[in-house]
Amino acid sequence: MPYDYKPFPFVAPPGLTAPEPRHAVVIVGAGPIGLAAALELANHGVRSVVLDDNNVVSVGSRAICWSKRSLEILDRIGVGAACVAKGVIWKVGRTYHRDREVFNFDLLPEPGHKMPAFVNLQQYYVEDYLVAEAQASGLIDLRFKNRVTGVSQTADGARVEIETPEGFYTLEAGYVLACDGAKSPIRAMMGLEFQGVLFEERFLIADIEMEADFPSERRFWFEPEFHQGQSALLHKQPDNIYRIDLQLGWGTDPAEENKPERIIPRIEKVVGHGNFKLDWHSIYTFQCRRLESFVHDRVIFVGDSAHVVSPFGARGGNGGLQDVDALGWRLAAVVTGEAPGAILQRYDLERTHGSDENILNSSRSTRFMSPAEGAERWFRDATLALASHAEFARPMVNSGRLSVPCVYPLSGAPDVAGMPSASRPGAVAPDAPLGGDWLLSVLGGEMTLLAIGQPAPARLALRVVEVEVTPEVKARYLGDRDRALYLIRPDQIVAARWERAEAGAITAHAAAIWEGRA
Amino acid sequence: MSLVTRRNLNDQDAAYAALIGAHKGLSEAESIALNARLILILMNHIGDPAVIGEALALATASGARPAG
Ligand SMILES: Cc1cc2nc3c(=O)[nH]c(=O)nc-3n(C[C@H](O)[C@H](O)[C@H](O)COP(=O)(O)OP(=O)(O)OC[C@H]3O[C@@H](n4cnc5c(N)ncnc54)[C@H](O)[C@@H]3O)c2cc1C
Repeated sequence: MPYDYKPFPFVAPPGLTAPEPRHAVVIVGAGPIGLAAALELANHGVRSVVLDDNNVVSVGSRAICWSKRSLEILDRIGVGAACVAKGVIWKVGRTYHRDREVFNFDLLPEPGHKMPAFVNLQQYYVEDYLVAEAQASGLIDLRFKNRVTGVSQTADGARVEIETPEGFYTLEAGYVLACDGAKSPIRAMMGLEFQGVLFEERFLIADIEMEADFPSERRFWFEPEFHQGQSALLHKQPDNIYRIDLQLGWGTDPAEENKPERIIPRIEKVVGHGNFKLDWHSIYTFQCRRLESFVHDRVIFVGDSAHVVSPFGARGGNGGLQDVDALGWRLAAVVTGEAPGAILQRYDLERTHGSDENILNSSRSTRFMSPAEGAERWFRDATLALASHAEFARPMVNSGRLSVPCVYPLSGAPDVAGMPSASRPGAVAPDAPLGGDWLLSVLGGEMTLLAIGQPAPARLALRVVEVEVTPEVKARYLGDRDRALYLIRPDQIVAARWERAEAGAITAHAAAIWEGRA
Repeated sequence: MSLVTRRNLNDQDAAYAALIGAHKGLSEAESIALNARLILILMNHIGDPAVIGEALALATASGARPAG
């Protein structure tokens, strides 16, 4: 059954009748990223106003694949369980050349993690859950039909001009988060360049409703019989909805290709029958671009406004949620006066790094699908031809490298040789079962010392979590050592690790993080 | 390890003939495709990204057009 869009009511904001007191944070855009940012700030006790020009959740499904890391972040802000309960859980992807399977991958080969590798869930559901959570929060003032028409920097904040159905008003804010999406009007208002490439290729993206028992796996075809010479992707979503992506070629006419009478016969060839309903469709040309810097004084870009990628690899929304993860605790500390504004430069550094990794991976996949004539095509075709004959060529077949969080380059962070690389400084702390709970459920939110196989040093002015050495903890945190101390940031990133350390060394490193020096 | 640029084939004439022989009767497009597969196979066999990098650099430099 297709999603039932319920418009959110417009409520006249106080600013229409009298100037509002200055707000700590104003968030522009109630897409997944703006909503998640508001909830993350609320988790840290910080209030925000969220403005959105629209009054319904995402029209059309757009994002469907939510990564393990996104689910962990969504869990911290209260909607992880709902997403997993409603979503289609999957971890295996299969890639075909013509009718032969040439490659498959398993994104979560080991058990002992709270969250699955991926769930497929329509973006409108995720936004629906986030809106409900935001409305219940008490710290979030969510305003629909509030369109931002101007943003300007002031000496110690920013001013936002807003248009509503009942008139215009202005807000003063300490910080403005531009979460206004790929076409970001704020980016344009500030005259910022969005650098990168556009791929000269068109894709038809359609959601269909049908009764079928296709497996909960990602299936991708190069040059399938049913879609001559091009590529195709099939993904299962909840409510008997299937996502189909079909590569069309640059020479096709987007207006013509977006007509149901053109689309339906194409999809009939994919699924082998005509017994389905077309739920949503659109023709896309994809880009990989980013802002040079995400932080511009008091205006901070988060999510698609800061960076866009082609969707093969699901790095758009998932990348944006990692922005929220890296920004929330820092901005909260700045707003409450616990940290200097300089620590926001660390957000910029880390997320431009993450964004470059996402752009690199997404560009490579898109070029493999849609190679330029000449050398690119020769080697692409050679790889596909070799894949059914030689093992080495199979992983070279690139139908998308699915979103995994980047490892931040925390140069100089204390580290121990011989401990696992999965938990090295800069990486997300790996999850592990913890009695009846999960390690990630007790890490995060605050700077925390995780003490493994030993008590935490005495008189440590930090939150401490002490855990027993289980097989999972040993494999993920100890490697060839038998004890460890891990400093975990509020965003669950490993900041440093020691085999043994004095309280002084640990608090000194924590202080360096709060001052933006590490 | 670095790229071997000194003589490394015992019977270079036979190796060269085998390469030409593999292309015999192929159209230009088929030859291009064969070369592409061959390069991928050899690249994987070498494995070492530094050696591959040196090979790419040598191939690029030796094909450079003389100035003017
Ligand atoms: C076909 C397709 C498939 C995708 N698949 C995936 C996937 O599987 N996984 C994934 O992670 N990502 C995927 N993405 C990317 C994902 O949809 C985006 O990354 C995500 O929507 C970004 O969220 P956002 O909140 O930054 O921006 P948006 O979702 O675009 O939200 C921006 C919000 O700002 C509001 N706004 C804009 N201008 C103003 C203004 N002037 N004033 C007030 N409000 C304003 C808009 O109304 C909107 O609500 C896909 C995208 C596409 C197109």
